[in-house]
Amino acid sequence: MSDIEIEIDGKPLKAKPNSMVMQVADEAGIYIPRFCYHKHLSVAANCRMCLVEVEKSPKPLPACATPVTPGMKVLTRSPKAMAAQKAVMEFLLINHPLDCPICDQGGECELQDLSMGYGSAESYFTEGKRAVKDQDIGPLIATDMTRCIQCTRCVRFGTEVAGQRELGAVNRGEHMKITTYIERALHSELSGNIIDLCPVGALTSKPFRFTARPWELTQYPSVAVHDCLGSNIYVHTRRGDVMRVVPRENEAINLTWISDRDRFSYEGLHHIDRLAKPWIRVDRRWQETDWSTALTFAARGLQRVIVSDPKQLGALASPNATLEELYLLQKLVRQLGSPSIDHRLRQVDFADQDDMPMMPGLTMAMKDIEQSDAILLVGSRIQQDQPIAALRVRQAALNQAHVLAVNMMDDDVCFQQTVKRIVAPHQFVNTLAAIAKALIGEQPEWAEIEVTEHDSIIATHLQNSKKAVILVGLAAFNHPEASHIRRFTQCIAKACGAKVGFLTDGCNAAGAWLAGAIPHRAAQAHPVSEVGLNANTMWHEARKAYVLFNVEPDLDCANPVAAAHALEQAEFTVAFSVFQNPLLSDYAHVILPIAAFTETSGTFINAMGDWQTIKGMASPYGEARPAWKVLRTLANLLHLEGFDHDSTEAVRQEVESISVHPLQENTGSVPVLKASYAALSRIGDIPLYAGDSLVRHAKALQATQSIIEGELAAVRMHPALAAALSLKPLDKVTVKQGRYHGIRLPVILDQRVPEQAVYIPAALAATNGLSELFGSIEIQK
Amino acid sequence: MTEATQRKTSLSPRVCSAIDRWLTRYPADQKRSGVMQALMFAQEENGGWLTTSLMDAVADYLDMPRIAVYEIVSFYTLYNIHPVGRHVIYVCTNISCMLNGSDRILSHFKKRLEIDCNETTIDGKFTLRETECLAACTAAPMCQINKKYYENLTTEKVDAILAELE
Ligand code: SF4
Ligand code: FES
Ligand code: FES
Repeated sequence: MSDIEIEIDGKPLKAKPNSMVMQVADEAGIYIPRFCYHKHLSVAANCRMCLVEVEKSPKPLPACATPVTPGMKVLTRSPKAMAAQKAVMEFLLINHPLDCPICDQGGECELQDLSMGYGSAESYFTEGKRAVKDQDIGPLIATDMTRCIQCTRCVRFGTEVAGQRELGAVNRGEHMKITTYIERALHSELSGNIIDLCPVGALTSKPFRFTARPWELTQYPSVAVHDCLGSNIYVHTRRGDVMRVVPRENEAINLTWISDRDRFSYEGLHHIDRLAKPWIRVDRRWQETDWSTALTFAARGLQRVIVSDPKQLGALASPNATLEELYLLQKLVRQLGSPSIDHRLRQVDFADQDDMPMMPGLTMAMKDIEQSDAILLVGSRIQQDQPIAALRVRQAALNQAHVLAVNMMDDDVCFQQTVKRIVAPHQFVNTLAAIAKALIGEQPEWAEIEVTEHDSIIATHLQNSKKAVILVGLAAFNHPEASHIRRFTQCIAKACGAKVGFLTDGCNAAGAWLAGAIPHRAAQAHPVSEVGLNANTMWHEARKAYVLFNVEPDLDCANPVAAAHALEQAEFTVAFSVFQNPLLSDYAHVILPIAAFTETSGTFINAMGDWQTIKGMASPYGEARPAWKVLRTLANLLHLEGFDHDSTEAVRQEVESISVHPLQENTGSVPVLKASYAALSRIGDIPLYAGDSLVRHAKALQATQSIIEGELAAVRMHPALAAALSLKPLDKVTVKQGRYHGIRLPVILDQRVPEQAVYIPAALAATNGLSELFGSIEIQK
Repeated sequence: MTEATQRKTSLSPRVCSAIDRWLTRYPADQKRSGVMQALMFAQEENGGWLTTSLMDAVADYLDMPRIAVYEIVSFYTLYNIHPVGRHVIYVCTNISCMLNGSDRILSHFKKRLEIDCNETTIDGKFTLRETECLAACTAAPMCQINKKYYENLTTEKVDAILAELE
């Protein structure tokens, strides 16, 4: 259909048929006041603030719910429109408390702003105002429901966007109120968005509340650092301190939303565990010291080890480090003569590392997920790990796409799943193989694979799709047969023409691959003369010296037990760290306090391959320094060449100036199955708010996690397995992996866990006595 | 992402089968269309009122968010969330009835039963409720008792009705 011509305030405009007056006005930059309208929510038209005059219409009409018609003439500021808007405002203010001075929304309140323009100085209303009792809806969001103007944006967000209907409007008329009815904390991992949506001060941020006024804040564009999507955010600071984080619109990534993890993690920046000064260990005792002493100490210690054998140095870096940091780190380590550097801290199977693309990632835009007609999730708790990506999956499902899943946990998710195969880790590859077999047919190598009915249904859906997408998640990457999982996934993808997307750990795994923070490739995928040890082997074949770059070895690594053993034996360990950590305090020799993501500049490459460079916006904590500067100084002290960058910009330019080394196409032979290795295996997922050190130090998120996930320091098992082992809830059992001592944990029954597995989450102090995230496990009473 | 909620229903087999029968009127993927009648079945069996666990059970049975059921129950006066008497009296006080003297009718009920609105007589016989227009304006003032309409009310008529009810 061709465009319609309309006129708003005398301005001739073109409009898409079926669009609303509000949309057309917004596009043309004509502001119509509104409360309930939001471009990403359905039209409710319940606040009536947007009333405008339309020629030939006897009454003013709501702009948000009035479709354009050819030749329509709209007046948004005519006397009739203004009178209507003022009248609506008068009614809205009848019940709204006049408590702006003590309201946290003051200064950024849509009602306050509009009442400046449309409110009258006096009210005729002499009756009592209504009051609504507040509810506790969790550690993230404060409620002052007397202020609510019942626009229902928060309710619509839950229903339409998050797909978790938790808030509702109960009662009617004057008694209507927004509530969870039964008092409970919101469970949505996107709940914080209703703080931004609420046009008044009814829903405000609990951690931010009463700490600053909006006009005191300076806003800096930045990027969220807790998942591979790199959602766009604004960081708000006051006099160099980060006060809060809010979303920055980006249609390609996060629309106008961000996850609670990205919104509230900033609280960790102020945690008392932040390192304020460099520390060195002299004669077994820790000493607080200055930077030059600490760096000289670090350089000497490293040199001592390197002199005898540089390959005894191993470097492990967080996948949340910036491109520049990772590049400088690998350059430093390689110049010192060690090939061993890695950022794949939680992975254990690297067999196919040479077949990996230059930057493992989605290989598609977020909207391709939304527009696909079949999505296969492979080992991905997408809603927990990348909540913003889960929204796209949900949109696809709402558009009738089939969401199929091969997963280890049967979570309640915000999208409809057509078929799900919930299997234990040791059956995982077999299940993918069965789907491959159902798609491709019998292969000599696959004779033993049994295809279940569900496998064939998944295969059929994939086969019938025109635009299929396979998303490989964190659990698949951290799985002991990750390379097999990837091979079978590729094989399935090839057979049905699907695109494969990797949802990687951390916020900059792609950047780490590109920067060369991997043992088998240098920056820009250039070959290395010698392939170094990977993240897992570096612990198992203990090194004499370690450089740990923002790694908490007991929480960030696949095998915390081996990590602790290796560090204990090491002669010299340099730790670059944002936070204190017990393992570092026990075994490191130098701890260098580095700046957190808001305190330094740098580049993150997200799963879509976008390079997002941010600037430092807050002053570093204590004497912490931007890590790239620390690396540069350390390299200079070690007399290494080519470390004279004067900014992260210069480092980035150096990375960009390296030519891209072309990689061989993956041959894609038929993958072979390994024999199944276990009868019972552990599902060692990373809980919702435990993925990295910043999140782990954010108080409100931690409180929320215990509400949402319940007791995590436990062995969760299916009731059937508990019955088979004659275990009751809260029985204490010893769980044991391999040759290590076991740990004791209580039993919790959980229907989500497959019967041949137990769920014992990782990245927790209580479970870091276990050695493999997804390996076989023994349970003893 | 919460643990799969326990979908154990506290609805009796009788209510379930009544709901199942009712649901045949709607397409299979639009079960929730039957929510109002389903709640009615559950309420009737429970002596005229709904507990939270009954509302939850109906929500789970129809695969709908629990909060959506709370919204419905709290919106319509025909559901009760507190125990009620054997007879629930809904007195319309909306415009037509009001113009025709519903105030007098309501206060007469209050006087006779010695209770206020939303209260139940000590003997558990009557609950009094005020309601909006029940679409019987032509015979205003009116009230509904249980499922029956009583129209063109006068105080005498109210006395007669009360005397008749067991
Ligand atoms: S709480 Fe805020 S967003 Fe929700 S209905 Fe009330 S005013 Fe609107
Ligand atoms: S914005 Fe149009 S009615 Fe609320
Ligand atoms: S106003 Fe009472 S029935 Fe309509």
